[in-house]
Formats: sequence, structure tokens, C-alpha cells
Amino acid sequence: MAGAASWSFSENDFKQIQQHLQTFLRDSNARCALLVDRTGQLVATVGEAPQFDSAAFASLTAADFSANDQLAKMIGEHEFASLVHQGEKESMFLADVAKRVILVVLFDQRTTLGLVKLKGKGAVEHLNRVFEAMFKRVGTGPTASEKGLLEGAEDEIDKLFG
Amino acid sequence: MINYASREINCKLVYYGPGLGGKTTNLEHIYGKVSPNTRGKMISLATETERTLFFDFLPVDLGTIRGFKTRFHLYTVPGQVYYNASRKLILKGVDGIVFVADSQIERMEANVESMQNLYDNMSEYGYDLTKLPFIIQYNKRDLPNAAPLRDLQASLNPGWPIEDGTHQKITPDPTHPGENLVEKVGNEWIGRAPYLEAVAVRGDGVFDTLKTVSKMVLKTLS
Repeated sequence: MAGAASWSFSENDFKQIQQHLQTFLRDSNARCALLVDRTGQLVATVGEAPQFDSAAFASLTAADFSANDQLAKMIGEHEFASLVHQGEKESMFLADVAKRVILVVLFDQRTTLGLVKLKGKGAVEHLNRVFEAMFKRVGTGPTASEKGLLEGAEDEIDKLFG
Repeated sequence: MINYASREINCKLVYYGPGLGGKTTNLEHIYGKVSPNTRGKMISLATETERTLFFDFLPVDLGTIRGFKTRFHLYTVPGQVYYNASRKLILKGVDGIVFVADSQIERMEANVESMQNLYDNMSEYGYDLTKLPFIIQYNKRDLPNAAPLRDLQASLNPGWPIEDGTHQKITPDPTHPGENLVEKVGNEWIGRAPYLEAVAVRGDGVFDTLKTVSKMVLKTLS
């Protein structure tokens, strides 16, 4: 097995995801939308390019969401499907997608939390469908193409490590 | 995770082990030695006394294979028993594990407890530690009170039964001549995790550990 929670997605999946996120950004007037998988890896970014270290941001997002998941269970909730972090100028809205991915929306005073939440709900529904179809297609394990990606690449792997 | 759109392979490595064993020190050494072009920012969520509270995180680019950029995300967990809830969260989606054991005789019990905790947390996620890339780093080998390797191996890496016939073949340990990773003991076939020695504060063994586990992770894709 390639890892405990391995998955991969094609360029076509990626295009669909980007389209949904672009529509969402246009409708909500948010600055930027990121998709982060639950293991802390950045899947996609759409909108204004973030000025911060996006790898660090993704790992913290996943940790934040996971910690809040556990807090929800402790108070008897199944989950917190979305979270809001509100700052003086910049704010974040986070929402679960298909139990595997987190949609992170960055927004400022050009819009309102209400609008982001409202339009976010629709975006999450679209993304849920894309990801569920993707997971159904590839299962939870590595796909055939993923399995074979590095087939015969032992030499290259050895070279990488000098 | 393989991203065909951005042509990246991202893998998650977790450094696990008892408190004050040297997990964060491993990452700090890597951070200090790797060129800033190939690593990202190191994030440490620690208490005021520098004890890991949630995790440390360091992304490192290893190079390109088959046109795919391979990036490893290194995480440590908080070692203190008290922080199990947050420790468990970090294991989610792990691709490879380094168990950093503290070689000091006085820390033997803490090592064993942490190893048991690792098995328990992994199995709660439905992951099988014996089937994932997993290595043990015996750290602090320079200390006068370091336990003999033989004793550490007996306590922390005694071996797990191998029932699948296709894997029941003697597999020499490439880094320890005369020792085997898979062998028959009595009537039973057992497998052990590869191990390395280290003095993380000096950097000894730190990169060997990272290379060994990263290679194991990439080879699971081939």
C-alpha cells in the first residue's frame, strides 16, 4: 500500500474543482479559496495568490480542523461541519468536503460572513459530488496508475538519495 | 498523495516517540542543514518551555522522479503521555513512521509505553504498522547511560509474526551485517523494523534516518 490514506486525482478532476471554486469566488466576493486534504496537504488554490507559506498554512488548517472535530465529539456533536475565524480585517471560513478535504476561504471587508457562508454551502455541495465520484472511482487504496507510477524507478529513487 | 495536475508526490512522515527523546531535534537539524531552496518554513506548536504541544512541521523537497516533484512533509508528535488526543490526530494519513527511541536506560519504560501507544493509535485508525514503512532510530547513543542495542532491540523491536508464506524468506538487514529483518525464530517467522543509531544533537544518523524511511515510502509506490 502507498500509505494509510492514499488517493490521487486527474487533471480533469482538477479542472472541475477549479471551476467550482472560481464560480464560488465570483459569487461570494471572497479573496481566495484553498482546498487542503485532511492530512495537511494543499490540493488546490484559486483566486488571489496567498502571500504566506501555503504548505505551513495547509498543515495548520488540517490540525485546526481535526482538533475541532474532536472538540465537537467531546460536547456530543457529530462534527463541526464548518468553522469561522474572524479577524479585524481578514477572516477565514472553513468547511468539510466529503470528509476528506477542507475548503478554506479567505475574505475581507469586501464581503460579509453571511454571503460567504451562503455561497459556500452551494460550493461545498458541488465539491462533495466531485470528490465522492472521484473516491468511488479510485477506491481508497492506490489506483493502478498510482501503483505503477514509480515502477522500475528504483534507480532514480536510489540516485535521489546519493 | 499524487497530484497529477501539479505533478507532485507528497508524502507524510511522522517522527514518534517518548517525550524529550529528540524528535524535534531531528527536524531542527534537517532544517539547519538543508538548503533553504529545498525546504519550507518550520512550524513548531510548542509550550513556553519548548515542549511540543501539538506538532512540528517541516516540508522538504527531495528532487524529481519521473517528472514528479517529491515533497516530504515531516511531522513530530508531542511525546508527553498527556497529549495523546493531539498526538493521534497527527497520524492521520501517515505514509511512513520514524520511532525515535531514547537510548538511556532510565527511559526504557517511557520508550515501551510510547511504542505501545503508537500501535494502539495506528490500529484505532485501522492502519497496520507492520505493513507501513516504519523504522526505529535509537537516539542519544553517545550518553554513558545508553542501554546496549541488544536490550533496546529486545524491548522495542522484538519482531511481529509473519504469516503470509510469500514473505517468509530470510531478508538480511542491509545496514547491519549478520542480522536479518525477516527470519525464522524457533518455528515462527518474524519481521522486524529496520533500525539506526543516532546522536541527533550532533546530527549523527539524522539524514540516514530520513533517507532510509523516505526511500521505503517511495518504494511502496513502485
